[in-house]
Amino acid sequence: MATTAPATFQAHDDAAHAHGDHDHKPAFFARWFMSTNHKDIGTLYLIFAICAGIIGGAVSGLMRAELAEPGIQYLTAWATWFDGKPAEMNTALHLWNVLITAHGLIMVFFMVMPAIIGGFGNWFVPLMIGAPDMAFPRMNNISFWLTVAGFCSLMLSAFVPGDATGLGAGIGWTAYAPLSTYGSQGPATDFAIFSLHLAGAASIMGAINFITTIFNMRAPGMTLHKMPLFVWSVLVTAFLLLLAMPVLAAAITMLITDRNFGTTFFDQAGGGDPVLYQHLFWFFGHPEVYIMILPGFGIISQIVSTFSKKPVFGYLGMAYAMVAIGVVGFIVWAHHMYTTGLSVNTKMYFTAATMVIAVPTGIKIFSWIATMWGGSVSFKSPLVWAMGFIFLFTVGGVTGVVLANGGIDDNLHDTYYVVAHFHYVLSMGAVFSLFAGFYYWFPKMSGKMHSEFLAHLHFWVFFIGVNIIFFPQHFLGMEGMPRRIPDYTPAFSYWNKISSEIGYTTMAVGMLIFFVNIAYAFLAGKKAEGNYWGEGATTLEWTLSSPPPYHQFETLPVIDDKGHH
Amino acid sequence: MESESAKKMKFGQLARITGLSIKTFCFSLALLAAPQLAAAPAPTPAATPVAVTAAPAPVAVAVVPTAAETARTAVAQGGYIPMKPTPGKGMPVDGRYGFQDQYSPLGEYALWMHQAILLPLITVISLFVLGLLLWVVARYRKSKNPVASKTSHNTLIEIIWIGIPILILAGVSIPSIDLLAKQYKPAPAKALTIKATGNQWFWSYTYPDNGGFEVISNMLPDAEAAKRGEPGHLAADFRMVVPVGEEIRVQVTGADVIHSFAVPSLWFKIDAVPGRINEKVMFVKEPGVYYGQCSELCGARHGYMPIVVEALPRDKYNAWVMTQSGGTIDGMPKPVEPAPAAAPAPTLVAPAPAATTAPAPTV
Repeated sequence: MATTAPATFQAHDDAAHAHGDHDHKPAFFARWFMSTNHKDIGTLYLIFAICAGIIGGAVSGLMRAELAEPGIQYLTAWATWFDGKPAEMNTALHLWNVLITAHGLIMVFFMVMPAIIGGFGNWFVPLMIGAPDMAFPRMNNISFWLTVAGFCSLMLSAFVPGDATGLGAGIGWTAYAPLSTYGSQGPATDFAIFSLHLAGAASIMGAINFITTIFNMRAPGMTLHKMPLFVWSVLVTAFLLLLAMPVLAAAITMLITDRNFGTTFFDQAGGGDPVLYQHLFWFFGHPEVYIMILPGFGIISQIVSTFSKKPVFGYLGMAYAMVAIGVVGFIVWAHHMYTTGLSVNTKMYFTAATMVIAVPTGIKIFSWIATMWGGSVSFKSPLVWAMGFIFLFTVGGVTGVVLANGGIDDNLHDTYYVVAHFHYVLSMGAVFSLFAGFYYWFPKMSGKMHSEFLAHLHFWVFFIGVNIIFFPQHFLGMEGMPRRIPDYTPAFSYWNKISSEIGYTTMAVGMLIFFVNIAYAFLAGKKAEGNYWGEGATTLEWTLSSPPPYHQFETLPVIDDKGHH
Repeated sequence: MESESAKKMKFGQLARITGLSIKTFCFSLALLAAPQLAAAPAPTPAATPVAVTAAPAPVAVAVVPTAAETARTAVAQGGYIPMKPTPGKGMPVDGRYGFQDQYSPLGEYALWMHQAILLPLITVISLFVLGLLLWVVARYRKSKNPVASKTSHNTLIEIIWIGIPILILAGVSIPSIDLLAKQYKPAPAKALTIKATGNQWFWSYTYPDNGGFEVISNMLPDAEAAKRGEPGHLAADFRMVVPVGEEIRVQVTGADVIHSFAVPSLWFKIDAVPGRINEKVMFVKEPGVYYGQCSELCGARHGYMPIVVEALPRDKYNAWVMTQSGGTIDGMPKPVEPAPAAAPAPTLVAPAPAATTAPAPTV
C-alpha cells in the first residue's frame, strides 16, 4: 500500500525544529507512572509483557519438568517449600492445578494481549495512521495500570488458600463452574477471578481507545481502505474485545456472586446450570483466541510486504478476511463444548460453522505467500520469523479443522492433541508474530539495532525447540493422554520425555539468545536510522526518526491520493 | 485520471468481494442445511441433556424375556474373575504415532475418517504451504530476483483459493455430519442402561436394569496394578463391566463438579455434569479391557480417576451381575446367594482415595 508520505512530513526534524530538544519529556516518575504518551505506554506494556512472559514461561518449565517422567517427582517438594509445611499428596496435586491455571491466565491475559495489543498496538497504530497520540491518553494510562493491578491480583491468589488442600487457584484458565464455585472454597479463586475483572476492564477501555483513535484520528487522505493492515487488524481486534469482554465480565461476576452471595446461576441445586457458564465463557473465549492472533496477522502482513518490496497481495481481501474471521469467530463458540451434551443439530451446526473459518484464514495464508511471490525478498530476521509463523500457523490451523469435526472431537477433546493445536496457533502463531514484530520494530522503538545474527539464531533454536515440545503432543493426544494431569501411565513416557527434556531445553536456550540480543542492542547496538529496512518499508512510522520524537506529527502528514494498491 | 481509475478499481474489487461473500454465505447456508437433511431420518437426538433437580435413577426398561434367558440364569452361578488385559489393546502404547485401535463400529468409522480423509488432507495442505515457502526462498531471494514485481491482484487466483477450500470443506463435512448423525442414533428401547457418575475422585457405575446395584471404582496403586498385570495409573479396583456386541445406553452425570467419561479405544467421551444426565450409546465389538481417564479438570486428583470398561459376552456378563450384591437378571431374583466377588479387595494406599473399597449396594 502506498501510505508513504514525502520526507517533508518528518514532523520533528531535529535541526529544523524550533524547540531544540523536541521532547518536553516529563521527569521520571511523571513520565513512567503517570504516562499519557502512547509510545511510553506501549513500552511499559512491552516490558510488562516480557516480565509476565518470563513468569509464565518459568511455570511451563516446572510443568514440563514434572511431566518428563511418569510419577510425581517434584510437586511434593515444591508444595512443601511453597506452603512452608510438609505437603500431603493432595496439596502437591493441587499445586499442579495452580500451575496450569497460572500458566494459561498469565500467557493469555498478561503476556500475549498486553504485548500485541497494548505494546505494538499503542506504539504503532498512532504512528501508522499519522496521529500524534491515542484519542484518550489518560484512559490509555489507566488501561495499562489496571492490567498491572490484575496481574498483581493473580499473583496474590497464589499466596492465599485455594481450597482445603493448598494455596492458589486450581480452577484452570477456563474457571469452569462448579469447580470454580463450591469446588474451590478459598479466597484464591476470588483473587484469580478479580484479576480477570481488572484485565477485562483494561481491555475494554483499550478497545474503546483504539476504535476512537482509528476512526477519528487518521491523517488527511488516509481512508479506511488505505490503512495499513496492522491498523485494520487492531481495529477488528478492538471490536472483538468490545463485544466479547463484557460477556466474560458478566460470567465471572456471576461466579463471584455464586461463590460469595448465595446466587445459583451455575448451581444445579438452585436451578442454575454449570453448562451455562461454559456457553458464556466460550462466547468470550473463542473471539479471545482471535483477539490474540489477529494483530499478529497484521504484523505479518506488514513484514511480508516490507521484505518482499511489494505491496500486500489482495489488500482488500486481506482486510475483509480479518473482518470475516472476527464475525464468524462469534458464532462458533460451542466447538469448545462438543462433549458437554449438545444436541445433534447444535453439534452439526457448530461443526459446519467452525470449518467455514478455514476459508478466510486460507485467504490470508495464500495472500502472504502471493505477496512474496515475484518479490525481491531479503530474508532479514523479521521475515524469517514471519515465514515460521506462516508455516506453523498452517499446521495449527489444519489440526483445528480436524478438531472442528464434532464426531472426531469425541476422542480428541481435552487431550494433548488440543494442547498441541492451540500451542501451534498461539505459542507458535501469536508468539512468532510477536517476535517478528519485535525484531521488525525494536530498533524503531529503541533507536538501537539488534544483532541480525542473534535474531536468526534465536529463530532457529526457538523454532526447533517449540516443534519438539509440541509436535509429539499430537501423538500423546491421539493415544488418549488427557490434558491437565501431572502424572500418567508409563505408556505416555516416550513422547513426554522428548517434549520436556529435548524440546523445552532447546526452547529455553532460544529465549536466552533473545535476552542476550536485547542486552547486545542496548550495550553495543548501532544507532538505528529512520528507515533501516529500506525501500520496502513504506508505512508512516518509517518517515520518522528512530526512536520517533516524543511528540510526532504535530503537522499532520497528508496521504497522497496517487498511490493505490 | 489516476485517482479515477483507482476508484473504479476499488469499486471493482468491492463488487468482487461482495459477490464472493454472497457466494460464500450461500454456500455456508447450504452447508448448514445439509446436516438438517442428514439428520432428518434420525429420531430425536439421544444426548439431549435432561435437566434434573437431583440425580434420579433412570427408569429401568422392561426387557422382553428372550430364549436365552434360561441359559443366562443357569450360568449365573459361574462366578467372575477379572479379565486380564491384552497388552496394547484398549490402552495406549508407548511411542506410538496414532490413535488407539478401535473396538466399536463408530470408532472404526471415525478412525477411518481421520486416517483416510483428514490426516492425508492436512498433511498435503501443510506440505503444500511449506513447499510454496521453500520455493519463495529458492526463487525469489534478492540475489535471484533483484527487481520485485508490482503485482498485487489476480482475481482468478483469489477465486481459486477461496473456491477450492470451500469445496474441500464441503467434502469433509459429508462424512463428518454422517458420523455425527450415527453417533446420536439412540439405543433401542430395550437396550441395557448403565449409569456412570463422576465423583471427586472416583467413578461409580449403577446398573438399574440389573437390580440397581452400584460399583465404586477407584484407581489401583501402581504396585497393585503391576501385580495384576494391568497398566499403572489406568487400572481400577472394580470395573465397569458391560456386555459385548450390543448397544448400551450409558448415562453420565456428575455428583460434585464436572468430570468427563472417556474411553479412547471406544471413541467415547461425554461430560459428567452435575444436574444433567448425558446419554451416549456404547457398543463394544469384542471382549476385552478398555482403559480411559477422567477428561475434565475436577480438582486435585483429576489425574487419578481412571475408567476401566470390561466387555464380556452376555453369559459372562450375567454371571458377573449375579456376583454383585443385589444383582438380578431381567428382574428375576437371584437363584442362590453368590460367592463374594472373586477380586481380592486391594489394599489402598495413596494416591487412590480411601473412599469405599467394596461395591456398595444402593437398592
